[in-house]
Amino acid sequence: MIVNQISVFIENAPGSMSSLTRLMRENDINIRALCIAEVNNFGILRMIVNDVYATSSVLKNAGYVFKITPVLAVPLKDEAGGLGVVLDVLGDSGINVEYIYAFTASQKGKAYVVLRVEDNEKAIKVLAEHHCTPVSQAELDIDS
Amino acid sequence: MENYFQPEIECASQEQIRAWQNERLCKTVKHVYNNVAYYREKMQEKGITPDDIRSVDDLHKLPFLTKDDLREAYPYGLMALPLSECVRIQSTSGTTGRRVIAFYTQHDIDLWDECCARAIVAAGGTKDDVVHVSYGYGLFTGGPGLNGGSHKVGSLTLPMSSGNTDRQIQFMCDLGSTILCCTPSYAAYLGESIRERGLRDKIKLKAGIFGAEAWSEEMRRDIEKALGIKAYDIYGLTEISGPGVSFECSEQTGMHINEDHFIAEIIDPDTGEVLPEGEKGELVFSCITKEAFPLLRYRTRDICVLTRKPCSCGRTHVKMSKPMGRSDDMLIIKGVNVFPSQIETVLINKGYPANYQIVVSRVKNSDCLDIQVEMTSEMFSDSMGQVTAREKELVDALKSMLGVYANVKLVAPKTIARSEGKAVRIIDNRNLH
Ligand SMILES: [Zn+2]
Repeated sequence: MIVNQISVFIENAPGSMSSLTRLMRENDINIRALCIAEVNNFGILRMIVNDVYATSSVLKNAGYVFKITPVLAVPLKDEAGGLGVVLDVLGDSGINVEYIYAFTASQKGKAYVVLRVEDNEKAIKVLAEHHCTPVSQAELDIDS
Repeated sequence: MENYFQPEIECASQEQIRAWQNERLCKTVKHVYNNVAYYREKMQEKGITPDDIRSVDDLHKLPFLTKDDLREAYPYGLMALPLSECVRIQSTSGTTGRRVIAFYTQHDIDLWDECCARAIVAAGGTKDDVVHVSYGYGLFTGGPGLNGGSHKVGSLTLPMSSGNTDRQIQFMCDLGSTILCCTPSYAAYLGESIRERGLRDKIKLKAGIFGAEAWSEEMRRDIEKALGIKAYDIYGLTEISGPGVSFECSEQTGMHINEDHFIAEIIDPDTGEVLPEGEKGELVFSCITKEAFPLLRYRTRDICVLTRKPCSCGRTHVKMSKPMGRSDDMLIIKGVNVFPSQIETVLINKGYPANYQIVVSRVKNSDCLDIQVEMTSEMFSDSMGQVTAREKELVDALKSMLGVYANVKLVAPKTIARSEGKAVRIIDNRNLH
């Protein structure tokens, strides 16, 4: 029920983002979702890709520092307040969300929210109880 | 119980040490003046003769010798005796510029060996010990110095030299080596290799005498733990003799300088002015017992502090701190002396690679120190909070080590050029000159 996200260290320098995305493009890696956290002089680029294994070897060969992090990808109901429901469920169970970002699937009208929480197991359990079960890597891959 | 190789010398009174120094200095100055044209000319330039040097108090009148002098006088220019009186040479590795060759008479070698013997005994060595010397043998002074010292003590000496780790460990196990002499980095490597082979129970080491490169207290603890020993520091340089110019005792709070052979001074590296005890500056040595190659007021370029505080080991000779850096690399930032080696130590302790770049600039009339540090997989995390916390830890550690605030900039791995040179490591944009 978890999805592997790749977090890459990037310098806060002109072109560091574009050279990373170029590298992905050149290796036919599809970045399905991406978000960046930045401080003064560096950033963490987090992405969901179509092929985690291929991406790791490409990044490794290119000398990037990165980590593979298990995150939750919860499909959002296509209705108002869909995201709110997910956050409420987690909040009510005392589960802290470290960061969050959303992306749309290739299927029209479908969207996911990526969540990084302290305790994946606990979060999966409470989300499932509220019919918001996070998808697995395989389910997400089918959807790409 | 503390043991001494020469207790009457190592524990002599300050007055006695001073008396030896006064007499030996005057004698050596005459010897050098009469036999070394290069130094005589330097003395004449300053308008002094041996008559002006009556005691250690007059030492400051003598001209300095630097590595440049040694290069200029290469190879025979600073010899005080004809070659026919010499029995040995040793040489520096010559990593920077021309190598230095030092000459020894048999007497010089005997005294050098005694200095090393004092270090071995201070580390607990006796004639019943097995001294495992893994310093390089050859032109490098490490192997020959500790080898000679071990002979003087009467220990069984294993002249292993460096390299061939399997053989080193096999001899250690089969012959029961008790005292290991090598560089600290090789000791750490041996510790690791012994652990990997599961032979920790088969070795009988109790002490190690490590020198010839910079090492931190953290590294000392790691080595002590890995090998189950007490690790002692030793200091020396080929120009002055070799290892054993100073050595650590059981207190492990600095190295006792063999003051009956070498007079130590601390000077301001910029002005050459002699600094009072306890101040940090460049270490200068005068050899007062050597025959063939007695350098006077030789500037080591090592920055350290001397202390005469009584030592629990009973030795009375002055103690020097571990060198904190090289005077030629010293940066003055907001009036504080900063050494790249200090930065290096902090980086290694905090788990970052020792490859860094220092950028000094002046912003609004104030010095600004930026240190670029390469990110590593170990230090990286998906959590911004964790990465910034580690960064802050590094900044705090740098602040406490350097005494000035340094801005840390984390950069992508392998983006800082690998280089031995100072030029690439330090970029000073202040245009102070
Ligand atoms: Zn002592």
